[in-house]
Amino acid sequence: MTYRFQFQVIWDNWPLLLEGVWLTLQLSVGATVLGLMVGMVGALCRISGSRVLRSLATVYVEAIRNTPFLVQLLFIFFGISSLGPSLGNEQAALLALTINFGAYATEIMRAGIESISPGQIEAGKSLGLNRLKIFRLVVLKPAIANIYPALIGQIVLLMLLSSVVSQISAEELTFMGNFLRSRTFRDFEIFSAVAVLYILLTLLFKLTAQLLHRRLFQFTRYL
Amino acid sequence: MRDFSYIDILLALLWAARWTLLLSLVAFICGGIAGFGLMLLRISPLRPLRYASRGVAEIIQGTPLLIQFLLAFFGLSILGLELRPWASATLALTMFTSAFLSDIWRGSVESIPVGQWEAARAMSFNYFQQLGLVILPQAVRRSIAPTVGFLAQVIKGTSLASAIGFVELARSATNITNVTFEPFFVYLVTAVIYFAICFPISAFSRRLEKSLAY
Repeated sequence: MTYRFQFQVIWDNWPLLLEGVWLTLQLSVGATVLGLMVGMVGALCRISGSRVLRSLATVYVEAIRNTPFLVQLLFIFFGISSLGPSLGNEQAALLALTINFGAYATEIMRAGIESISPGQIEAGKSLGLNRLKIFRLVVLKPAIANIYPALIGQIVLLMLLSSVVSQISAEELTFMGNFLRSRTFRDFEIFSAVAVLYILLTLLFKLTAQLLHRRLFQFTRYL
Repeated sequence: MRDFSYIDILLALLWAARWTLLLSLVAFICGGIAGFGLMLLRISPLRPLRYASRGVAEIIQGTPLLIQFLLAFFGLSILGLELRPWASATLALTMFTSAFLSDIWRGSVESIPVGQWEAARAMSFNYFQQLGLVILPQAVRRSIAPTVGFLAQVIKGTSLASAIGFVELARSATNITNVTFEPFFVYLVTAVIYFAICFPISAFSRRLEKSLAY
């Protein structure tokens, strides 16, 4: 038996696939930005003096990291909606991705903040910087430089994870692939094209990260 | 027609969790074997082998697990293979596991100082003796904690097999929701079951990391 590849179906439907790529990008970038804010707050809670805040943050991180994203997504989309506030599928997708990424970002950022030695903070104080400036310039910026590779890796994983939101019919790349498959039955061609698009997205994220690194962290050359 | 009590739901979910555990176990063992082979290629002294194996690992790590499941289920029909959901799920998860484990293990091997290789060569060991007698025993120690930690990732990954119709924990949760209209309770219990499986593994991995640290 020989199989004839027909990649024509990809060229015929590329606007649909690009639409999917666009939503994947929007969801990933949106969840990255929001999740980093959640992670910032979470990391501050994890290292705070208050026991309650510390345990709350720990419970959040462990609960998210030890359950599958699919179940978190279904819980948010169907479970929460059944109680009252009804969420659209794209909103639920963004919310679930943010909550998921926030937990990983919390852990990474905590590690980053803990990587700053107390001597640095004392040096900041002796220069007469106020608390906010010390946090921003002495703690946060070098901390982010330290955890940058880990953070980028996690953001790429987030982008790949966003494929799961196709399960609640958010029309991103994987959903579009599934949709085209059910209409054309060109399973292999479509999913390999989708896989290639994901690899290109991964490369795009990594490349952007490298370019940003050069601009943002020039000071690390003097550390 | 009878109603499902909360106890019925709980028991049904716990019973479905056996497929999650079975799939994770099989994929982890097969993926471990394949991952070991891939790791050997990735540290091989021959450049083409290194590049080829790295390419395979990058492709697997650069695509979503869900797409790998879909390709293994729908895509393989071009080879004339009509795989059942469980077979495609095992295949996809094995490939995924092997790529990540090969990366973890390659990292452990490369963290062994070059001096150890040189010392082994000075004992006139051949390549496989250097690797098997000197490098791997030390690398295994460093790789145990991340390997155990990755098992939790595999268990979470099995939930995506639900997308190709393999009825494990997440899929039964959806099935039960469709009958009982209790999504909040059902998905909450499902999450708790996953947590009860994964949390001890992650905690154990972290303890290993501390106790095996140099």
